[in-house]
Amino acid sequence: MKQTLLSLSNLTKQFDGKKVLDSLDLDIFDGEFITLLGPSGCGKTTLLRMMAGFEHPDDGTIALGDQDLTHTPPEHRPLNTVFQNYALFPHMSVFDNVAYGLKMEKRPKQEIRERVEDALAMVQLEDFARRKPHQLSGGQQQRVAIARAVVKRPKVLLLDEPLSALDYKLRRTMQVELKRLQRELGITFVFVTHDQEEALSMSDRVVVLKDGLIQQLGTPREVYERPANLFTARFVGETNFFPGRVDKANGDDTITVDVFGLKRTFRKPDFPVSGGQSLHVLLRPEDIRVLAPDDEDGVAGKIVERNYKGSTLDSVIHLEDGTEVLASEFFDEDDPTFDYRLGEPVKVSWVDGWEWLLPTEPEALPEEEGTDA
Amino acid sequence: MRSLTQQPFRAAVLVLVWGWLLFLVLTPNLLVVGASVMTRDPGSFISLPLTLDAYRQLLDPLYLEVFLHSLYMAAMTTLVCLLIGYPFAWALSKVGKRNQVLLIFLLIVPFWTNSLVRTYALKLILATNGLLNNGLMSLGVIDGPMQLLYTEGAVIIGLVYLLLPFMILPLYSVFEDLREDYLRASHDLGAGRLSTFIHVIVPLTLPGVLAGIMLVLLPAMGLFFVPDILGGSRNLLVGNVIKNQFLDARNWPFGAAASILLTLAMAFLMFAHRLSKRRIGEDGV
Amino acid sequence: MNRWLPRTYLTLVYLLLYVPIVVLVVFSFNDSRTGYEWGGLSLRWYEALLNNRAMVQAMWNSLWLALSAATVSTLIGALTALALHRYRFRGKKVLNGMLFVVMMSPEIVLAISLLALFLLVGLQLGYVSLLLAHVTFCLPFVVITVMARLSGFDERLPEAARDLGANDFTMTRTVLIPVIMPALLAGWLLGFTLSLDDVVVSTFVSGPSYEILPLRIYSMVRVGLKPEVNALGTLLLVFSLVMLILSQWILLRSKR
Repeated sequence: MKQTLLSLSNLTKQFDGKKVLDSLDLDIFDGEFITLLGPSGCGKTTLLRMMAGFEHPDDGTIALGDQDLTHTPPEHRPLNTVFQNYALFPHMSVFDNVAYGLKMEKRPKQEIRERVEDALAMVQLEDFARRKPHQLSGGQQQRVAIARAVVKRPKVLLLDEPLSALDYKLRRTMQVELKRLQRELGITFVFVTHDQEEALSMSDRVVVLKDGLIQQLGTPREVYERPANLFTARFVGETNFFPGRVDKANGDDTITVDVFGLKRTFRKPDFPVSGGQSLHVLLRPEDIRVLAPDDEDGVAGKIVERNYKGSTLDSVIHLEDGTEVLASEFFDEDDPTFDYRLGEPVKVSWVDGWEWLLPTEPEALPEEEGTDA
Repeated sequence: MRSLTQQPFRAAVLVLVWGWLLFLVLTPNLLVVGASVMTRDPGSFISLPLTLDAYRQLLDPLYLEVFLHSLYMAAMTTLVCLLIGYPFAWALSKVGKRNQVLLIFLLIVPFWTNSLVRTYALKLILATNGLLNNGLMSLGVIDGPMQLLYTEGAVIIGLVYLLLPFMILPLYSVFEDLREDYLRASHDLGAGRLSTFIHVIVPLTLPGVLAGIMLVLLPAMGLFFVPDILGGSRNLLVGNVIKNQFLDARNWPFGAAASILLTLAMAFLMFAHRLSKRRIGEDGV
Repeated sequence: MNRWLPRTYLTLVYLLLYVPIVVLVVFSFNDSRTGYEWGGLSLRWYEALLNNRAMVQAMWNSLWLALSAATVSTLIGALTALALHRYRFRGKKVLNGMLFVVMMSPEIVLAISLLALFLLVGLQLGYVSLLLAHVTFCLPFVVITVMARLSGFDERLPEAARDLGANDFTMTRTVLIPVIMPALLAGWLLGFTLSLDDVVVSTFVSGPSYEILPLRIYSMVRVGLKPEVNALGTLLLVFSLVMLILSQWILLRSKR
């Protein structure tokens, strides 16, 4: 069912001796919404620009179906881009901007007019055709940029952090809008962002990138709940890392792990474990339970910060050994013990089975943040 | 982006630009440097052997006096431009935005008008029986006409008149960038008007002052037609000397050496300007 | 006082700047021969000007020189600005520096160096030498004007055009040139005016075969008063004013 549309293999690129992409392989399926997620300098923009044809890989190939695009100039690729700051032609009207790509294809005038009008109607800008870009709001410019790219009916639409210039509320609206467009058009979207929330809420699949290497490729849920490594776990969402030590491996596909002196039974992870081995126990803030200090379960600590977030109450708890724990609880107004004061002693626990285990990694030396290429 | 189809275009542009600058800027300047260390020759302008005679001649009291006088007039011109221009630029930056555009426009209109013609217009005013003298006499302020034309003052007035916009424009641009917050912050921290001026306004506008000096001082030594029209034979600029040596006296080595003097002055001013910009954290050009 | 002092001061300085120009214009209509007294309204100096064949010839020569110098320097200057903006190449800083030095150097230094060059290579002083010289001193101004426009230019625009199917040439024609057009026009007008106004450089590199207006004016005003100059100056003033308004209008319109 899932058919590969765009196939990237062994892509390698260096800028001034620095590896931006390192033998990267990625298959993009037909009709999916895939997001390239990572911090600045991770190579996501370079990767996107390579698909568009603005950068050339030092090594590797880009293929669309069975057509090799590696050396095809951008104007001959059936892919179109929505640029970060829209890149609308300032000297052309909205209509002429959208018509530009069709004029390049030398389409008949009548057809151009109809298709441009359709595209503008699709982004609800049919009344703005004669305006110049600078007479539009940021959100409207964004819509024009999208209309201009999709009017050519590309096989793949490349979106380079298209929402980063919009304010929070507008960004949410545009996220929904983009999802709707993608469903209606059935075009494959490749979306670049450094905003993990955006990536999780919009995508069918997320590619987490760091230093030109794919850290993880999976559905938003997989990436969030089962991060492949510490980087992904840290980058996507907030996470508590508890130090654990394997006590013993049980016969029934479970292991017993010592966490803060508590013996907990976890499902056996998919990496090999042996007794005495250290590992990380990952728990999302929403998986943490804050209990009364006289509860028999849990680790003792005290509340050092309480942040009211509307639907949730976020706390920071200092355990006795100094570990900092983030907890995010949904309101339960019927629970009288729910609210704790600052400095109040509490116990911290979680439901077994919600944890995620990762092996310890040799800590990489802290590296200078590169520029986003 | 750097596709192969662009390479010939890129190469052609670079060759054209480099060619133009090498042939019409670098080579000619090297020729001048070369000429300045050669011997004067009535037939072919210059000839061997190499000599530093031209530079020695610069120190000849006769010429030294002319140069110092020229430097004095240029310095006076610059000072007058600065004294008029600094408050002017300040006041201009305080005017409402709409009027500012118009006022800037009015400032550059004279700059776009032929400078010879404008110098000549000054002559109409300053001449012995010109408008100023006639006006003052009919008002009874003076009894007989003053000698205004063909004086040092006339040359300075002419130079100021031609060069004032070049002082004002860079000053205006630094005053435009001078944010009101700085002044408020300074007042807020207890500085009075005078100490705010000395400690905040002056350092921040210094690059503009130096740019203005650079744009006024050097031309004020080179615009030879101003003394020709207003100054008579006793108020010459370095420019007049160079022109005479090249076109009349045919002493190329000496003219070349004099022009190198001007170039060195330029280099010095550019260096000072860079330094002042770096001090307030802007990149020098 | 706080409001009136700066305004009075501004007005005073503008007055000083404009008095000579007003005097010039008024006296261009003066019937008097001596030049200092008012002798009634007349167009005689304009008539004299237009009947002076050498003067009219010099005017045409100047106009043609300014047109060609502005055009050539805009072409080369625009290409230079594009190269500086788009390409990375060795010696870019040197190139930038050289342009800056040309702009800042006293005109007379440029003038004698070009004279030396032209004599060395045996170029007949005339139209060609004037053109080469004028293009050289106009060049940095054009480069700066175009560079300023390019620095505000979104790097993604050419890419967007390519992305939508334009090849390099089409992109240049449909996007790059239209976007930098105002700067090209402004640069051209600046070059035109600089060329038309130049005395210093032209004094050195022109020959008897090609007399231009500033030099003709120069020889007229060096001694005594020539009322025709008033008329000529007024004409030049009107001409530059039209050009200036045109250029400002273009720049303002493009900013919208």
